[in-house]
Amino acid sequence: MNEALQRKNKRLIIILIGAAIGMFGFGFALVPIYRVFCQVTGINGKYYQVDDIQQTIAIDKSRDITVTFVSNNNELLPWEFHANNPVIHLHPGEVKRVSYYAKNKTINEMTVQAIPSIVPGIAAKYLHKTECFCFQQQTFAAGEEMNMPILFHIDPDIPKNIHHITVAYTLFDTKMAVATNIQKVGRVH
Amino acid sequence: MSEIAFQQHDHKPSFFARWFFSTNHKDIGTLYLWFSFAMFIVGGIMAFGIRLELSQPGRVLLDPNQYNEAVTLHGLVMVFGAIMPAFTGLANWMLPLMIGAPDMAFPRMNNWSFWIMPAAVLILLSTLIMPGSAPNFGWTMYAPLSTTYGPPSTAAMILSIHLMGLSSIMGAINIIATILNLRAPGMHWMRMPMFCWGWFITAFLLIAVMPVLAGAVTMMLTDKYFGTSFFNAAGGGDPLLFQHVFWFFGHPEVYIMILPAFGVVSEIIPTFSRKRLFGYHFMVYAIAAIAVMSFIVWAHHMFATGINLGAELFFMYATMIIAVPTGVKVFNWISTMFRGSLTFETPMLFAIGFVIMFTIGGFSGIMLSLAPADQQYHDTYFVVAHFHYVLVAGALFAIFGGVYYWLPKWCGRMYSETLGKLHFWLTLISFNITFFPMHFLGLAGMPRRIPDYALQFANFNKIASIGAFTLGLSQLIFLYAVIKCIRAGKPATSHVWEGAHGLEWTVASPAPHHTFATPPVIIPEEAHE
Repeated sequence: MNEALQRKNKRLIIILIGAAIGMFGFGFALVPIYRVFCQVTGINGKYYQVDDIQQTIAIDKSRDITVTFVSNNNELLPWEFHANNPVIHLHPGEVKRVSYYAKNKTINEMTVQAIPSIVPGIAAKYLHKTECFCFQQQTFAAGEEMNMPILFHIDPDIPKNIHHITVAYTLFDTKMAVATNIQKVGRVH
Repeated sequence: MSEIAFQQHDHKPSFFARWFFSTNHKDIGTLYLWFSFAMFIVGGIMAFGIRLELSQPGRVLLDPNQYNEAVTLHGLVMVFGAIMPAFTGLANWMLPLMIGAPDMAFPRMNNWSFWIMPAAVLILLSTLIMPGSAPNFGWTMYAPLSTTYGPPSTAAMILSIHLMGLSSIMGAINIIATILNLRAPGMHWMRMPMFCWGWFITAFLLIAVMPVLAGAVTMMLTDKYFGTSFFNAAGGGDPLLFQHVFWFFGHPEVYIMILPAFGVVSEIIPTFSRKRLFGYHFMVYAIAAIAVMSFIVWAHHMFATGINLGAELFFMYATMIIAVPTGVKVFNWISTMFRGSLTFETPMLFAIGFVIMFTIGGFSGIMLSLAPADQQYHDTYFVVAHFHYVLVAGALFAIFGGVYYWLPKWCGRMYSETLGKLHFWLTLISFNITFFPMHFLGLAGMPRRIPDYALQFANFNKIASIGAFTLGLSQLIFLYAVIKCIRAGKPATSHVWEGAHGLEWTVASPAPHHTFATPPVIIPEEAHE
């Protein structure tokens, strides 16, 4: 094998190994790319708006939107968990306070985290929450029960074809979920 | 390389030194091919277990967890252990011969990339005797299923996948370097045999996506054992993310398994049609187009996950567009045969079988690409039928065809045409008996990956199982035909096939241990022009 070829081969192998390492990095880069893409397009029903203070907004009385509140317990979590008013009607811009009832039916203190999911996905970015039990982990003593509030309104800019929104909360046991680095998945307006 | 060094290199090493330390592309090619055949048998035994369990309703042999293990390991072993190494074996043997190179560009790395494979597969198969269970979540290892409920042996499976990926990437680097830097003078890009083109583009796909798979399984590993939350919703992760990352690898992966097959078939059909390949340039462009587009269709595996409607439409149309370059290839193979003077030796039979069966698999693929219809087909036996038409009757038929086509060149002897034809017809018929009824089962709603089924599916499953047992046993004829050829076949001429073109037919049969130590002179007749 002559010198020139050896040099060429060496350069090529460095480029190709570099490309392979780069693609390994790209595999991980897909995680933030996916998150940002979904945040910008708002297609996966995850990234609702978080308002620090409830602002006064013009109420669009001409439209009526039905919101269904759904509850799930992850992996047979032994809690009672349901919306107090599973179906409500409101006008875009109208501020509503609703609540979920939760009860720790075990004999141990438990910490849970509620993870929301909104259908249709595109409606998520028009859902503004000022207050939600899903913002933080909730710690309940054994047998403790509580009504947990949500304060929200729907942006009047919501597309005209959306008449019905489903908001689902799934309750996760934070001990079972190996992770503790729970973060707010919302986006500050 | 000087003449003296060359001669010293040509000594007869001991069996151990020859096969374990080999840096010779032909020996490594042989190792790859035997290894992949062994894995084909191992994966076949798992398929036997699956079909036995499904031969009648209720429990037959395997309990549900054993069934899940068999399904998972059958997929992993066949994809990573059988199909991919078989093509790498063909590449090792044939690429240097086809482009007039003395060996692969990095012979020492070549040795490594082979010998990693047996280690990786041993780790994978050892999960069968590990406490708990072998991986039982399917070859797609969807998180959070695998990260939450996977058995402890999941870690071993992840290590094994890392190793197999490493081996593939090293093999791909070698192939790219060989084709880029070691082509004989005059072997212009557009004179290169189609098999080289198929592999050249496949090698880029491998370098692009195998590391992404490594990333996906690494995230699985850290989620399962080190407390991260890539795929865990409770920790701020996203369960669907795994499917996006996995199929970003997974869809190009299916083309990794079929583009070299396109190359093999594009070698065989012109030879036995005694014509040049029709539309050579367009065949090259079609392979490149398929490779590029394979990166923008991954979510068609996820139509039923509730992804956004606009995304479904995008991935649906992108998927359907792939049918265009694929159609170019199919029509060009047919045009090559059109008015050729055809003979039907075993390689040609497998190649024609490939074209017909692969097209059927392509059509069921188009049916699956329809997002609204896929809601019904998703995760049914229709999908199982589809991907076995493209992977068994596609990739595997091309490998069989390639082996029969080049076997006389490898061992200097002709295989028995009678045995080859028997193998082909038994394989073709039993393949269709096995997998064609699965289309009906899927359309009728039989879900995949379930060890039992409703009674109305019993007849078709019985037929499929009988076909599968025949298909498996037919492969013993292949083994016998190959061994018989190596030991007692009639001597082959160097040109072997009357209508063959290409540099590989200019060297003696069997191909000497070292070929093209001095680059050959390319005369236009020998090239694909």
